[in-house]
Amino acid sequence: MPVQVRGELLGTRRVGSYHVLTITAPGVPEAARPGHFVALAVGGDNSAMLLRRAFSIHGVTLRGVYGGTVDIAVGVAGPGTQWLANLHRHDPIDVVGPLGRPFALPKQPVSALLVGGGYGAAPLFMLAEELRTRGCRVDVVLGAATEDRLFNVLDAKRMASTLTITTDDGSTGTRGRVTDVLPEIMSRTNTDVVYACGPMPMLAAVTELARSHGAHVQTAVEESMACGIGVCMTCVLPVIGDDGVTRMLRSCVDGPVFRGDRIRWDDLDTIPADCYGAPGSKA
Amino acid sequence: MTRAVISYGPIPVEQLGHDVDMTAELGGTWLPNPVLTASGCAASGRELDTFFDITKIGALVTKSIMLAPRSGRPTPRMAETPSGMLNSIGLQGPGIDGFIEHDLAWLRERGVRTVVSIAGSNADEYTKLAQKLRNVPEIVAIEVNISCPNVENKGLIFARDPASAAAVITNVRRNTPSDIPVIAKLSPDVTDIVEIARACVRAGADGLALINTLLGLVIDTTTMRPQLAGITGGLSGPAIRPVAVRCVWEVHQALPEVPILGMGGIRNGVDALQFILAGASAVSVGTATFNDPAAPARVLSELRHELALRGFERLTDAVGHAHRGADVEPEPELGAEHHSGPVPRWP
Ligand SMILES: Cc1cc2nc3c(=O)[nH]c(=O)nc-3n(C[C@H](O)[C@H](O)[C@H](O)COP(=O)(O)OP(=O)(O)OC[C@H]3O[C@@H](n4cnc5c(N)ncnc54)[C@H](O)[C@@H]3O)c2cc1C
Ligand code: FES
Repeated sequence: MPVQVRGELLGTRRVGSYHVLTITAPGVPEAARPGHFVALAVGGDNSAMLLRRAFSIHGVTLRGVYGGTVDIAVGVAGPGTQWLANLHRHDPIDVVGPLGRPFALPKQPVSALLVGGGYGAAPLFMLAEELRTRGCRVDVVLGAATEDRLFNVLDAKRMASTLTITTDDGSTGTRGRVTDVLPEIMSRTNTDVVYACGPMPMLAAVTELARSHGAHVQTAVEESMACGIGVCMTCVLPVIGDDGVTRMLRSCVDGPVFRGDRIRWDDLDTIPADCYGAPGSKA
Repeated sequence: MTRAVISYGPIPVEQLGHDVDMTAELGGTWLPNPVLTASGCAASGRELDTFFDITKIGALVTKSIMLAPRSGRPTPRMAETPSGMLNSIGLQGPGIDGFIEHDLAWLRERGVRTVVSIAGSNADEYTKLAQKLRNVPEIVAIEVNISCPNVENKGLIFARDPASAAAVITNVRRNTPSDIPVIAKLSPDVTDIVEIARACVRAGADGLALINTLLGLVIDTTTMRPQLAGITGGLSGPAIRPVAVRCVWEVHQALPEVPILGMGGIRNGVDALQFILAGASAVSVGTATFNDPAAPARVLSELRHELALRGFERLTDAVGHAHRGADVEPEPELGAEHHSGPVPRWP
């Protein structure tokens, strides 16, 4: 169950071009699972920015001097993320979370490949920890446009059996996209399941490769959100259900994690004609 | 279950010496208090119930339901705007049968006072919707959304033409049990909202919901195309509040006996008070819920506080209070006893 709490910024540190915020948010860390996110109000009580901003939960601490805390990685994209990046220690932050459906975890000690694009790497660290306690092999691929947009390479090195880095400009690691290196890693490590978080085109391409390798694939999507709690219907995308029917599902409550093979990647930003309730359909 | 712990810190009403009777009347139905959710901002209640006890507010207004299941419009469906947002959701929903079976059943079980909002693509659909709801027990009221900007006709046909609006209301009224109020939800995008309001009341509307969103458009300057897939969308949030208060004012002035459910950019108790003073008998909290999921409950306690601060003992005494003219507002030298309390305008 998500809660709404008046949290407080405990501190901000820079990781590459990101700001990692540590926020007290009693009740949130206790319930947080890998893949959950928080929705933060930005701009203060009388802010002209009404909509909450969504951030993957990067890490949690359950207790300590300040009680439970949540870490998020903020990449500055516009006025809301800029406001968060500029906050000072002890400034209040209104937090709603944990939200969404987390990553599904395997029951067996499988071989898992974690793929993160940019700040999409943020939720993969808690996931890696969880997988390792289940005896899974964890390999990691991190990709970004440039070196400074990679998130947290240091920790990734510590938690992964192997870490592979790609950058579009070749400033570090392999020049190219994460998808350029996936086939080789999947065959070398006998990947059973791929977990991916990052930009939508990356998730579509990763899903395709994982499928052709015969691996399960879990993707954490990023759709524009307004409420984050399931009441506004802003964040929908076409997803195929167990019954084979495509529905426009809310990524904030039915996701953000979906089976990659269930998302109709080619039909994002459309209402597929065969979708439940589509105009002209006889649903 | 954890509730919101945001503290906006009003002084508890008890410390002001008296409590306020918050009972509100909406078209013949009495509600324990005047704060409702707004259609499309609360889904069917379940999600918000995590953040505050939805049985404690005046009533929950469900997302406008149509006859058939609907996938809504493609994304992007939303653009944030200064103190507001533009949306083109397009009434995504399960259709009336699924809604009655699942959503209404849950609301009834949970003991939530429920206003069902209905929307049709033609007059006949409104009639069918009313017929479907006819035997559903325990509905507080039916809100007839004749002004959704995100359906094929942009809601323009019913919202802008008094005769079409009246035809819809007549049919819904005729097919709804007489003890259930029918409330017409109007668009501000009209030349004269009073004319439409009058037509709806003559057609049998027991109350009016003012206002729906305003039609707007945002251009994405990166793609240099409209930002919403639906091109235009409905503007909501505090940005539209003065327009909404003006509409409530005009309609209350022209039709003082008609109950108004006021809405449009209510974010806190004083915002709600503006609507009440302008003539609304109750208010809906909408877009603010996206910013603060506990907003309806918070607005209720803040409104109670604001009324108490101003010496009101009953909410109903404050309804339309801003309309009192020089004739009821005595000059200072004309006897101080006239200042002892607000002038009741309602019922
Ligand atoms: C599930 C999820 C997890 C996310 N995790 C992270 C994270 O860990 N780190 C991080 O830096 N960012 C993350 N994002 C993206 C982040 O929410 C946006 O960058 C942020 O909302 C932009 O706000 P802004 O005011 O700076 O930009 P603006 O562009 O001014 O925002 C305007 C509006 O659009 C919405 N919006 C804009 N971009 C996005 C986007 N990419 N995704 C969703 N909504 C958007 C905003 O919420 C806001 O309502 C995540 C998004 C989602 C949906
Ligand atoms: S963001 Fe509002 S329903 Fe998902």
